[in-house]
This record gives sequence, C-alpha cells and structure tokens, in this order.
Amino acid sequence: MTVCENIRQQLAARFPGIEERVKIPRPRRIFVEAAADEFRKIFEFAINELGFNHLCTITGLDERVNFSLIYHLAKENGVLLNIKISVSHDAPQADSIIGYFPGAEIYERELVDLFGIQIKGLPEGLRYPLADDWPKDEYPLRKDWKPKTAQAQEGK
Amino acid sequence: MRDSHKFKIPIGPQHPALKEPEGFSVALRGEKILGVDIRLGYNHRGIEKAAEERTYIQSLYIIERICGICSHSHSTCFAQAVEEIAALEVPKRALYIRTVIGELERVHSHLLWLGVAGHEIGFDTLLMYSWRDREIVMDILALLTGNRVNYGINTYGGVKRDISPEQAQEVLKGVDILEERTKYYIEIATQEVTVIQRLSGVGVLSREDAIRLDTVGPTARASGVARDVRKDDPYSAYSEVPFNVITDDHCDVYGRTVVRLKELMEAYKIIRYVLKNMPEGPIAIKAPRKIPAGEALGRYEAPRGEDVHYVKANGTEKPERVKVRAPTLANLQAVKHMLKDRYLADMPIVIAAIDPCFSCTDRMISIDYSGSDKSEAIKWEALRSYGIEWYRGKGIDFSKLNKEFSRRAIS
Repeated sequence: MTVCENIRQQLAARFPGIEERVKIPRPRRIFVEAAADEFRKIFEFAINELGFNHLCTITGLDERVNFSLIYHLAKENGVLLNIKISVSHDAPQADSIIGYFPGAEIYERELVDLFGIQIKGLPEGLRYPLADDWPKDEYPLRKDWKPKTAQAQEGK
Repeated sequence: MRDSHKFKIPIGPQHPALKEPEGFSVALRGEKILGVDIRLGYNHRGIEKAAEERTYIQSLYIIERICGICSHSHSTCFAQAVEEIAALEVPKRALYIRTVIGELERVHSHLLWLGVAGHEIGFDTLLMYSWRDREIVMDILALLTGNRVNYGINTYGGVKRDISPEQAQEVLKGVDILEERTKYYIEIATQEVTVIQRLSGVGVLSREDAIRLDTVGPTARASGVARDVRKDDPYSAYSEVPFNVITDDHCDVYGRTVVRLKELMEAYKIIRYVLKNMPEGPIAIKAPRKIPAGEALGRYEAPRGEDVHYVKANGTEKPERVKVRAPTLANLQAVKHMLKDRYLADMPIVIAAIDPCFSCTDRMISIDYSGSDKSEAIKWEALRSYGIEWYRGKGIDFSKLNKEFSRRAIS
C-alpha cells in the first residue's frame, strides 16, 4: 500500500464519509475537500497524528459562487496534503492558523489584501503585499476585478 | 535602563544597505534589537493576476521573470504543474537538461551569495573573487541557453535547446575550474579566523525553531533540518542522480555559509553525472494550446529553498489561477526571530544569510542610432570587448592578471 493510500485510510477511519472527497492524482499528492465545520479537526489530525509539520503556503481561489482556501501541508517524505475549504462569497471569513504555524501570518495577510477574506485571530500588523494607499474594497485577485488599463481598453 | 533609551528606526524601503526595496522598522534599546517589523510588497507586480489574463505560453515567460536569479526555478516549477495537469510525458533527455541548467543556476546563485555575504562583513576581497569566478558559470549558462539570466530554456513538454557534446565539454572545463575555486573558498570559510568569528553565533536559529517557523532551503538545512525537495519529492532527473543533502548543525550564519559552499560541490557532482549519463532522444513533445481542467502543485528546490506553484486549469488556453510562493517569503518569519535580542550591527549579515532575492540585468543591449533609423543588437562578446577596450584606453588592463589567476586556479 502506498503512503498516500495509507493516509487516505487513516482519514477515512477517523472521519466517516470523507473517503470520496479524498483524491490522489499522482504519487505524493493528496487533495481533501473539507466542510468548514470539520476543517479544524482534520487539520489538527494531519499535524498531530499524520505528522505533517510544514506548511508550504495557503492558496486562495475565487470560484465565483464562493471562495476556496487550500492549505498545502508537507512532511519529510515529500507527501503533500492539500486541504480545501469553501467560504461564502458575500462575507468571506476564515480562522487564522498562526497558532499552528507562525509562518502562516504572511500568507493570511495575502488573503486579506488580495481576496478580501477576513481572517479571525490574525493580529493587527503591517499589510502585505499591496500599497498603503491602495483603495478600499478593491481586491485584485477576485475574478470581477480588472486592472484600470484593461477597463480602459474594454471601454473603447 | 530608562525607557527613553528605546528607539525605533526605519531602515528602507530605500536604503544603501539593502539590495532591494523592503521596509524594516527596528525597535532598539541601545545597540540591542527589541523587535523588527518587516514591510514587504514594494516589488509586488501582480504577476499572479497577469498570468490569469494571458495564455499558458505567455505566462511561462512572465513567471520566469519573477526573479532574475532563480528564473529557471520558477519556470520549471510552473511548467511541471502545467505538464502534470495536461498529462504530458516529458522526454528524459529534456529532464536531464533541466537538471543541468537548474544546478548551474544554483552554482551562480550560491557564488553570488558568497560575494554578498563577504561584502556584508567587510570582506570585499571575497566579493571580488567569488563574483569574478561566477562569470565562468554565467558564460556557461549563456553558452547553453543564449542568456545569462532568464534562460528561456523551458517549454511545456520539454526544453527548447539541446546540449551538444562540444558544449558539454565546455561545461565540464568550467566546472573543473569552479570546483578548484570552491575548495579554496571552503578553506577560507573553515580556517580563516576572522570569518569564523564574525559568522559564528550570529543569526541563531535552533532546529526546533527552524521547523516551527517553516524555514526552507539552506536556512533550514544549516539548522539540521534535512529538508530538500530534490530528495523528498524528486522532479526532473533527481530521482536518478546520486547526491547528498548537505546539512549542518551550527544553526547560525556560519552554518549557512558552510551548507551553501558544500552544496556547490554537490552541484558540480550532479552536473558531471548528468552530462555523462544523458540519455539520447527527443528534447520535447508537442504540448496542447488548451490545457484540460484540473489542478496541480509544482515543487522545486530553488537555490534559496522550496519553491511552490499551484496551478488550476479550466480547459481554456489561459490558467484559472496561478499561485506562487517563493522561498524568501517562507524564511522571513525566521529572520524576525533571529534578530530579536541581537545587536544592530549583525542585521545586514543575518538578513543576507537567508539570501533574499534580488535582480540581475539582461545581457543584450539594443542601440538606436540617433538621427538614423538604423538599430543594432550588440552581442555579449562585443559588449565585453568594448568594456575591456574602454578601460585599456584609460590605461587599465586586467588581461595579464586574469590569465595569471586562471593559471593559478587550474594548477
């Protein structure tokens, strides 16, 4: 049994019904879709019992009906566990994970600046990566946001 | 000590000691650093958004320009993710060529770092030496790819240029000289008392903190964490190439120096092995213009550490989402930790020790003659001989000295 299959079975044993939401597209890659309310449990299980000790990054996605966040976790043998959760498009909000990975702070600030997703538990601090005078309520990685030059070209 | 002795000084975003714009706000009591706030984003160019609005092949070139030093890292990492989604079987020879370029890039990047590190501790002779030697690997890269930086060798499904046996011979010749020089630098780093004393115990990061703060690359490996994507999650030809992951347990800037120097020796080994065992065959297969829907994660061990690219495709000719996490971003949290309760004077070398990325320049200059519509592109050789002649005209001639140095380096 491969390492990934093993992890799939451990997840299935702990979280009944999750099995069809676990995908293994290639060796060393696992994608899991988690419901918002079970995310923290799966996340803690991955860290404490499956031994994932490295957070590669957090990816934000604008899927138009909702936003998604993907937490990319890694461990020594090269296996990547990608846990995906969905958050509402109208009032996007997620919990901070800096309690588990202090390095996540900069990735969470990115989500705040580029997607406008509120991160609960993220302390006040310097913004990243946009400029201090960037207009409010403009989130460049949202799909309905276009740069001014593109807007001007389309207007012609 | 009274609290009135507390100071907050801004360093950057524009500052003579920084090679790139970034803002540090340092709280000090006397010479001791109480805490550091880092403001980034001055180099934010919206590349992720730009990639979403362009075709895959255009995006490949934009992604390559994220960084002027580890450009091959970014383009390979991105291409790997796209190839995985499109289920493209990259020919073996192409994977081997990517590995050669990747390791040559590591060599030039580590030599560049060595020079910067020397400069930051006031050892500018080391800067002059290592940057002169770095020219050898820059010439090799120009020979193989046509470019000193932003090599443009990758394409989806393979590479764009083959390596001929004659070119391989040239590479090996250069690698021989570089290996000799690197041995000399290892001698300096491990025997020269001023270097050892200046770097030891500076920028300390324990093994536990290195893991807890998610550090990557030589920064993690110098704290005893054997984290290397080439071994853990092999790509290109690394699963078939014998090499060692270099770690060190000094947990300070000295350890980071030793790790990078020893990695240079490993890189030479890898380059020799790959050139010797390069399989025959095609160097690329045709890739479709439209990439089927899907998602993939590319990982790559850049000179500075793990580079991560997430790509989501939607079946069109443009990517739905491209997410890039460059290694420096992962290491910056650790820098804050390393600086706390240390002396201000250590700040430049501690920051330099994670090797934050800065840009190189292009090798080709386009000249528009004023008053006529003639324009001409100067080749690198012509530009170089122009420079040499210009200095000779001023009575400065390095050619004898250079010959002497390369003779000494080989013997």
